[in-house]
Amino acid sequence: MSEEKQDKPAAPSKEFDRRAFFVKLGLGSLSIAATGTAVFAYQFLSPNVLYEPSPIVNAGKPEGYPEDSVTLDVNSGIYLIHTKEGFFALSAICTHLGCMTAWKPELGIIACPCHGSKFNRDGEKIAGPAPRPLPWLRTWVSDDGDLMVDRSTDIRPMQFVRV
Amino acid sequence: MAKTIANYFDELRTTRAWRSVFRSGTGSSTLHRALAVQQNIFLHLFSTKVRRRMVSFSTTWYLGTLTFGTFLILVITGILLMLYYHPSVPQAYADAKDLQFVVSSGLFLRNLHRWSAHAMVFLVFAHMFKVFYRGAYRPPREFNWVIGVILLLITLLLSYTGYLLPWDQLAFWAITVGSNIASAVPVVGNRVHFLMLGGNQVNANALLRFYVLHCVILPLAATLFVAVHFWRIRKDGGLYSHQTEPKTIAAPAAPAQTASTKDRQ
Repeated sequence: MSEEKQDKPAAPSKEFDRRAFFVKLGLGSLSIAATGTAVFAYQFLSPNVLYEPSPIVNAGKPEGYPEDSVTLDVNSGIYLIHTKEGFFALSAICTHLGCMTAWKPELGIIACPCHGSKFNRDGEKIAGPAPRPLPWLRTWVSDDGDLMVDRSTDIRPMQFVRV
Repeated sequence: MAKTIANYFDELRTTRAWRSVFRSGTGSSTLHRALAVQQNIFLHLFSTKVRRRMVSFSTTWYLGTLTFGTFLILVITGILLMLYYHPSVPQAYADAKDLQFVVSSGLFLRNLHRWSAHAMVFLVFAHMFKVFYRGAYRPPREFNWVIGVILLLITLLLSYTGYLLPWDQLAFWAITVGSNIASAVPVVGNRVHFLMLGGNQVNANALLRFYVLHCVILPLAATLFVAVHFWRIRKDGGLYSHQTEPKTIAAPAAPAQTASTKDRQ
């Protein structure tokens, strides 16, 4: 290559540079367009507004939950549990692959029908493939005296709500 | 003497209309028969000439052809099912039930679609085992094996996306579990999950996305790769048969292979 350049006069070498420039320009524009297309596609496929139910659930009056009871609300996927220490809410969604668990009163455990994970009433794992305990969800009492649960906010276990 | 059906066909073949469509000419000579294949848009993917042994049952057990047959059944029954199915949360389950109990022949078409889908997955695996154990994936056919693996993935994705459409408990939880498996992918898992469902949970967006994938994107991809898969059979030297292969172990491969490849095309 270098030998050829030396032999030839200046003009063809300039022309080669111009061609190389346009090739680079073309490839550069194509890669910018390709990146732009990928970004555009990703943004288009990610919805900006979701018509999904609110993560905050009104669980009703605390009087509806007698002491020592576990109540599953299948629509919101939470357990409202009333113990001696107070109220707390537990996610009913199995931490393994997202199935809805069920409370087994005769055994006193929460069990997942899909792959056999078992949890105790406090959400701790007893058996099965679930990698984590069932999360405790932020729970408070509204101004109207209703129990409120925020499904999108996990809290540390053993934080009871006393009414 | 009365004309036979063959006579009528011969007469039809000489008409101007027929000749305008099929231009390879009449006659049963080898040339005309080869032209009839070569000049047909569908048949030209295949070799114009094959050995009789290659199209016998024992060579392939017709597993590839049978897979394609189930695919055709699925396309036809699928299009018919689309005429009564709305991919929306309030209607999907009711439409699936209507197809079973209200629409004439709906039960038959839905069951045909379902059983053909099962059969297609089975046949794809059988086809791949047959190709694998006969060694038909080896050079020069290694790229066609790769296309076959892509077609296997498309088949499985078609099964998976179709599973959600009846919108019953089985569908909902199967897709919940399946999509949560995707979120186990390191780093991008949750994003993949979000893009796949078009949201955080299996809902209206997920149903519509799976419907579009199942009815448009994946069948088009399958059609494209099937065409390349068939065409590559010819380009890679025809169907594999142990007896006709060059002895690659005994002799140096390259010259013997090119010669026999030319022979067969």
